[in-house]
Amino acid sequence: MSIALRNVSKQFGGVPAVHHVSFSVNEGELVALLGPSGCGKTTVLRLIAGLEMPTGGDIFIRGQRVNDLPVQQRNVGFVFQSYALFKNMNVFKNVAFGLRVKHWRKADIAARVQELLQVFELAGLEKRYPHQLSGGQRQRVAMARALAPKPSVLLLDEPFGAVDAKIRQELREWLVRLHRDLNVTTLFVTHDQEEAMEVASHIVILSQGNLEQIGTPREVYEQPASEFVARFIGVMNVVEAVVQQGVARVGELEFATAGQPDGQAIRIGFRPYAVQLSTDLARFRYQAVVRYTFFLGVMMRLELELASGLAIRTRMTKEEYMQLGLAEGSRVSFHIREYRVLSEARA
Amino acid sequence: MARRDHSREKDPASASRRGAEESPLVRWTLTGLALAFAAVFLLLPLANVFVQALAKGWRAYWAAVMEPDSLAAIRLTITVAAITVPLNVGFGLAAAWAIAKFEFRGKSILITLIDLPFSISPVVTGLMFVLLFGLQGYFGPWLEAHHLKVIFATPGLVLATVFVTFPFAARELIPVMQAAGTEQEQAALTLGASGWQTFWHVTLPSVKWGLLYGIILCNARAMGEFGAVSVVSGHIAGLTDTMPLRVEKLYQEYNSAGAFTVASLLALLALATLAVKTLLEWRARRELGRGQPALPLA
Repeated sequence: MSIALRNVSKQFGGVPAVHHVSFSVNEGELVALLGPSGCGKTTVLRLIAGLEMPTGGDIFIRGQRVNDLPVQQRNVGFVFQSYALFKNMNVFKNVAFGLRVKHWRKADIAARVQELLQVFELAGLEKRYPHQLSGGQRQRVAMARALAPKPSVLLLDEPFGAVDAKIRQELREWLVRLHRDLNVTTLFVTHDQEEAMEVASHIVILSQGNLEQIGTPREVYEQPASEFVARFIGVMNVVEAVVQQGVARVGELEFATAGQPDGQAIRIGFRPYAVQLSTDLARFRYQAVVRYTFFLGVMMRLELELASGLAIRTRMTKEEYMQLGLAEGSRVSFHIREYRVLSEARA
Repeated sequence: MARRDHSREKDPASASRRGAEESPLVRWTLTGLALAFAAVFLLLPLANVFVQALAKGWRAYWAAVMEPDSLAAIRLTITVAAITVPLNVGFGLAAAWAIAKFEFRGKSILITLIDLPFSISPVVTGLMFVLLFGLQGYFGPWLEAHHLKVIFATPGLVLATVFVTFPFAARELIPVMQAAGTEQEQAALTLGASGWQTFWHVTLPSVKWGLLYGIILCNARAMGEFGAVSVVSGHIAGLTDTMPLRVEKLYQEYNSAGAFTVASLLALLALATLAVKTLLEWRARRELGRGQPALPLA
């Protein structure tokens, strides 16, 4: 176990930011800390680094309880969202800083820095100052600087937050490659579920300071532990239905639900891909009109409107869409292949 | 073209530039007035100091400088500044660090206290120290008993000067430190740097231009201070006269050549301060890169 949190809480002046959070990260893993802004994910990262002190609970790094260990002795690499490069130092000195303060020998420092500059494709930029670098270069310097003293864990705060969409994709792939090559336990904070799904081997999902779920991208997508997770990870249709004799009904839709008392209002969710469409109106039991279509590149997103006024989102590939000859206003029949009961409806 | 004109109108800077182009008469009048004012009230008196000092030639000028009491005044002024400036720079760094990087109770009181010397007449400051350390003052008898001299001696001059120049370094450093934020320091800590290493390698370099500017301002004021120093000095020629006090004394003795000679040295200090300030601004802008705010210089 490389990082472990046990019942960790943090309050800022009485306001809870992190609430009894427990999770662990295995050695060598690349894990995402995911949640909407203000959910406490950056606070968790700072707690692990020692930049904030927990108000309760225990934090372990490689089996050692680090609660009382100052930042300097935790041996973590931390990359700030703003990179926080030393403005008055050039690239070489930035990367060398963590080695210099630990009194490495000059020759060793030079060798280690050169090695990192090679890995991060920064060779030749040693003499540049941060303001003379591009955004991507600054980020790589920040990563190289954090990794130079060979930290036991690498903590990244919104690593792709400050770059534009086009570079983000490249950076994601680069991070995965880098992690595979260096094999450093890495925990990164993000608010972008797509990014977390694509990059991480495990995802820790936080909401309002509470841990919602930990799992592989597949697990959190297919078996969300809560409605929050279900709606936060990917798109989900959510309807509110009332149970009558084991069947939940809303508009013309019916969902078999066992073990729910009559009259109970429940929330039911289903993914867009679970909606199967046909232009043969007799094929499936529900009928609808294609109200809107959205072109997403390879995929098409469709919004169906039922006679009762319910709106349902679905998606399909562009080829499928062409084959079916659909357009806005087309009449279709559909069924819902899988769904899940999310919760009892909120009163 | 039409679109460009439209966007231009929205930009206040170019709008005012265009406005100025339309009325060169106003522009020239205003510029002329400002220049004339500066020439009459700033340049002319300054030039006059040097003209008067050199009225009897370089040899007389040199003799006036080498006059023992004037030399003593120069030495004393340098001594006082040499003690005052490091003290206030140290204090300024500590205060600015505390104010810019931490939240604590009484912060606004501390900021107000730092500004206090600005709002107190220097003469009152001098009097204050006389009342504290003079023979009739609170600590006077104790000092007398231990054969320590504060008032009418160098320690009194240093105390008065420290008080008057108290805000200069701190005032320059606070905004620069606030602008630098705390993330670079946090990064240094995660990299294993101790508090002292962080201060020395990260905090101090990030404020170095503000610090240097604070030092030259503090120094200029420490050397030029008259009011507070005048009260605590006792005007003992060759012992407790600083340069400004020496200028006054020479002038009152109708030795205007001597007065202007010493005054010209102070004026030179002012010019040097100005030159260094300009150099610092230029270097700071170059090093911090374009688009970065330069020092928050007054």
